[in-house]
Amino acid sequence: MKNNKADIYWKKNLKYLTILLSIWFTVSFGFGIILVDQLNEFQFFGFKLGFWFAQQGSIYTFVILIFIYIFLMNRLDKFYRS
Amino acid sequence: MSLQIWIWIIVGLTFALYIGIAIWSKAGSTNEFYIAGKGVNPIANGMATAADWMSAASFISMAGIISFIGYDGSVYLMGWTGGYVLLALLLAPYLRKFGKFTVPDFIGDRYYSNVARTVAVFCALIVSFTYIAGQMRGVGIVFSRYLEVDINSGVFIGMGIVLFYAILGGMKGITYTQVAQYCVLIFAFMVPAIFISIQMTGNPIPQLGFGSQSADGVYLLDKLNGLHEELGFSEYTSGSKSTLDVFLITAALMIGTAGLPHVIVRFFTVKKVSDARKSAGWALLFIAILYTTAPAIAVFARTNLIETVSEKEYSTMPYWFKKWEDTGLLTYDDKNDDNIIQYLGDEQLNELTIDKDIMVLANPEIAQLPNWVIALLAAGAIAAALSTAAGLLLVISSSISHDLIKRMVKPDISDKGELIAARISAFFAVLLAGYFGINPPDFVAATVALAFGLAAASFFPAIVLGIFYKKMNKEGAISGMLIGILSMLFYMTKFKFGWFGGGGPEDWWFGISPEGFGTIAMLINLIVSITVSNFTSQPPEKIIKLVENIRLPSDDDL
Repeated sequence: MKNNKADIYWKKNLKYLTILLSIWFTVSFGFGIILVDQLNEFQFFGFKLGFWFAQQGSIYTFVILIFIYIFLMNRLDKFYRS
Repeated sequence: MSLQIWIWIIVGLTFALYIGIAIWSKAGSTNEFYIAGKGVNPIANGMATAADWMSAASFISMAGIISFIGYDGSVYLMGWTGGYVLLALLLAPYLRKFGKFTVPDFIGDRYYSNVARTVAVFCALIVSFTYIAGQMRGVGIVFSRYLEVDINSGVFIGMGIVLFYAILGGMKGITYTQVAQYCVLIFAFMVPAIFISIQMTGNPIPQLGFGSQSADGVYLLDKLNGLHEELGFSEYTSGSKSTLDVFLITAALMIGTAGLPHVIVRFFTVKKVSDARKSAGWALLFIAILYTTAPAIAVFARTNLIETVSEKEYSTMPYWFKKWEDTGLLTYDDKNDDNIIQYLGDEQLNELTIDKDIMVLANPEIAQLPNWVIALLAAGAIAAALSTAAGLLLVISSSISHDLIKRMVKPDISDKGELIAARISAFFAVLLAGYFGINPPDFVAATVALAFGLAAASFFPAIVLGIFYKKMNKEGAISGMLIGILSMLFYMTKFKFGWFGGGGPEDWWFGISPEGFGTIAMLINLIVSITVSNFTSQPPEKIIKLVENIRLPSDDDL
């Protein structure tokens, strides 16, 4: 029973990692670097959108991603012990 | 009160604080000396990590660099923050669960091999020494600029302070002084930024301010782009580096951040595995406050500067202009003898050269803020340099006293004996760092990038695969780390120092800069590790058990 739970715990963890790291990649390497010229066509307040992602938006997203991970893993830890 | 008196008072008070904390948190065991007895609150650890991470370069130079290169500066902003996502998700909780003292501890145990441990110690020492030499120099420069002593005396004062609290308190002392240093440095960074943001845009939040309109109703960034175009500089919000290179440099800095031993070791100091995740989150939040303000300062300073100097008569320049001219950080060469300052993108016609450090250091003066703000900035810059130097120092001393002496040379050494060894190696590490601070090797600047590349090319794959890939064995890890490091060293020395035939930027492979090559070296390591692991014997059963155990939440979390 314990082993089965450990398997589920690890698989869920990997799923969270995949989703969160895809967002991590998209906002920084995607929006901030690869697509920056296309996004710069759009205005976001006083910023060009691509520039904003590269110097502001990606960093805010990083912080939020870690706190989401903390929340998800605390919940998963509880499941593991239940 | 005069500026000099303010500086002595504020810097003196912060020093008294650091020394007081050191005496209060004296370390009594190796457990306390290496990892602060695993008793650090995650928020405090987040602050300490932030101070540890943000060096004099982040504090003084980064905003200035961004100010001059605009969009291209994003590589530092994303590169030096994005690594924390990797740390929090892929490394910190598992290494904390593993629960030893150092990074080579993990590598040596996971790969059941003292060869792997030795390679890891070697990497940790190279990375930390290249870093600390630059920090001690930074301490000296900051002291000399503000306290009016020469650079070498500045290095000595810095060595004395670090020596005192690092040797006495070990990780415990360093952690709590870093918490204090974070508070000093972030306050010092934010106060001028907020004042200037209000002056230029009416918005007290710099992060919003640089996307707002200035008094004339034009968006600040549009105005700056316009000024740049007019004067022949490249557009501020667009880059001039190739997309591939920006991509690879950002990745190398991120992965390097996640592989730096002095950052990783901070997550060994908290009580529980869940606290390791939490403190990574807090650390990044505390770092993000500075890192999202820096690009705003860059824009304010750049606009302010151009509007103050461009096409203005030299004689009308404000007081700070002449003051920084005296230091040589700002030079005016009236090429066409018209007494008017031409600040232009065209190097033949440009008459003004500005050192990047001025952007932060002169900011309070440009904005005409009171003397105590300038004094605060001095204390902040010193705090930034000292905290990073101390963190690196601990990695060096624990590599020697723990990884080399305790784990390999003399395993039967008593805890007391090891503690003495740790203090002695910290002492010699300070001396050596001080020596490099006074006689900086001319490759210091080049090797800071090397430190990141090395960390990315060596530690990161070995640690991540060690956790996420059960079949990873010692043959794979050792060959991967060695080939990763060697290819990184080869590319850096070839294109930075001109070894192996040298070459200029036009010879770079596929246009990849040495800074960006860390990513490639990391990939080489990854591929070699996995391939070799698949062709050699599986790791022993007990290692597979160890990995399975690392992946699960610990009982401490109950």
